[in-house]
Amino acid sequence: MTLLKVDNLKVHFPIRGGFFRRVVDHVKAVDGVSFELQQGETYGLVGESGSGKSTTGKAVVKLNNVTSGQILFEGRDLAALSRKEIKPFRKDIQMIFQDPYSSLNPKKRVLDIIAEPLRNFERLSPAEEKKIVQDFLDKVGLSPESIHKYPHEFSGGQRQRIGIARSLTLKPKLIIADEPVSALDVSVQAQVLNFLQDLQQEFNLTYLFVGHDLGVIRHMCDRMGVMYRGRLVEEGNSDEIYDNPQHIYTKRLIAAIPDLEPEVREEKVQLRKKLSAEYESSYSTFFDENGRAYDLKPISSTHRVALQ
Amino acid sequence: MKKAILQIENLTTSFRIQSKYHAAVDDVSFTVNENEIVAVVGESGCGKSALALSIMQLHNKQRTKSEGTIHYKGQNLLTLNDTQMNKVRGKELGMIFQEPLTALNPLMTIGKQIEENLDYHTELSRDEKKSRTIELLTQVGIPYPERTYKQYPHELSGGMRQRAMISIAIACNPALVIADEPTTALDVTIQAQILDLLKDIQSKTKMGIILITHDLSVVAEVADRIVVMYAGQVVETGSVKEIFNNPLHPYTRSLLNSIPSATNEKNRLHVIEGIVPSIAKMDRKGCRFQDRIPWIPKQAHEESPHLHEVGQDHFVRCTCYKEFYFQDEGDASTHDITQSR
Repeated sequence: MTLLKVDNLKVHFPIRGGFFRRVVDHVKAVDGVSFELQQGETYGLVGESGSGKSTTGKAVVKLNNVTSGQILFEGRDLAALSRKEIKPFRKDIQMIFQDPYSSLNPKKRVLDIIAEPLRNFERLSPAEEKKIVQDFLDKVGLSPESIHKYPHEFSGGQRQRIGIARSLTLKPKLIIADEPVSALDVSVQAQVLNFLQDLQQEFNLTYLFVGHDLGVIRHMCDRMGVMYRGRLVEEGNSDEIYDNPQHIYTKRLIAAIPDLEPEVREEKVQLRKKLSAEYESSYSTFFDENGRAYDLKPISSTHRVALQ
Repeated sequence: MKKAILQIENLTTSFRIQSKYHAAVDDVSFTVNENEIVAVVGESGCGKSALALSIMQLHNKQRTKSEGTIHYKGQNLLTLNDTQMNKVRGKELGMIFQEPLTALNPLMTIGKQIEENLDYHTELSRDEKKSRTIELLTQVGIPYPERTYKQYPHELSGGMRQRAMISIAIACNPALVIADEPTTALDVTIQAQILDLLKDIQSKTKMGIILITHDLSVVAEVADRIVVMYAGQVVETGSVKEIFNNPLHPYTRSLLNSIPSATNEKNRLHVIEGIVPSIAKMDRKGCRFQDRIPWIPKQAHEESPHLHEVGQDHFVRCTCYKEFYFQDEGDASTHDITQSR
């Protein structure tokens, strides 16, 4: 079942300048992106900074205005809804943010942080509310006494779990995880990733996982899309993309992943040099004269690549 | 015979917390040779950055004390006074910081910041300084050095800023560069470029590099030798090949097992129980890692663990590695990273 279908999504930000700060141009942060998420799967969006992956994630929750295109969530177009009309959908789509230090209000206790979504949507007595919050704290592996603590009393991994508990209280269907582990150490990162997988099984969640670490993305995702300059350049099952990348940018991205085998080091450096040269020479097969990637074309039933 | 640039012997750096000193770097010894990259690895709070700042002597002297010796060109850096140290720092020893946006001065142009270093340590004229700066910017792969010379840090992307940082560090042709998590704030593609650049500069200047990082895949990519630190102590050291093919200390093995690799199958990642102990509350007797591997019997640990030589140039602290196994060993998929090696 298709839970989310993003169709030709565009997010353009105006650049103002000149006399009267008129709009002189647009930054095309997301420029015609389409993908689908099935119920219960994890879809990864990868790319370097500035490729528009976070903007796409935020546009789905309407934290950014959508310039054009459709965001179909269970058949309803979120992009066309007004602020008021979208409110009931906010329950079903939640977000986990990148930085656990800046995404929790330092002046609020854990109880208030986690209960905030509940207070927006449900009328509960303080006792009921406390019980729900404690249940979720227990699920994310924090002690029930933590409800009276403040964010600064927790470590990075624990804070990220508070953020996750907050996103779960309304029993959402879709979670957008915007680089949830890039601010964490490897050992803590492993904890959070395992834990996200457990939750997915328990609550039958669907994840849109935004990240730049390809090791993490491959570990977590069934399918993925590679973004470059606001466009999807390749999309398919994670294994297909890693084992058989077709677009020059995907190849470069995969060659850039550091390898755990020190023996293959020299080959990697050579491979990166070769791909860099190939990128220059075959630029026109992958990008049009404006430097825009072509539309995706299927090369197998699941694998699509932006080729001329 | 390799020429040693920097020899650290029994370095202990302690911070004063409520009138008591607690060691954050505890009896650390290692050597950096010419044309060599030594990687210092560990989680946050293991004393990696404290070690780097001790070598550069950038700690607040009122609240810190460093003991031991840091030999550089026949002198002990720890005995130098501020004026003498200022002549070494920046000239002989360069440093690359983690976050280029906070380490660079937002009110000074890139060119001026590089010249600042040349001003202090060389007698070059204004024109010479400028041409040297442009040359440095070209060397680190900045596409339009003349334009970048006049730009401010906020006008550059993360990768370009890190390149500018590197050019400050190498401005006076230092013998040793300390890179404290130089690529942590960067994307994979840029990370690969910066690492290739560091290797490239090294092959020309033969400098030594101390690379501080928590990312073992970066280490595998560039380093020659590894120093694994845990709770202020060195727990394992050896050549990169040796450590990646035959990791022994439970901490090294746990770290390697917790990396989601792009090449291995989807399975559960290893999680190290507990957290790094804080320096004020840490139990300094016995094996410091034992609380995080509680399933290993207490007898397996040494009473006062020291480094044992287990192979050529390969040292491991404590004897617990002999009996260590992963708790989830029954589930074969979780530890095939180390087994397949």
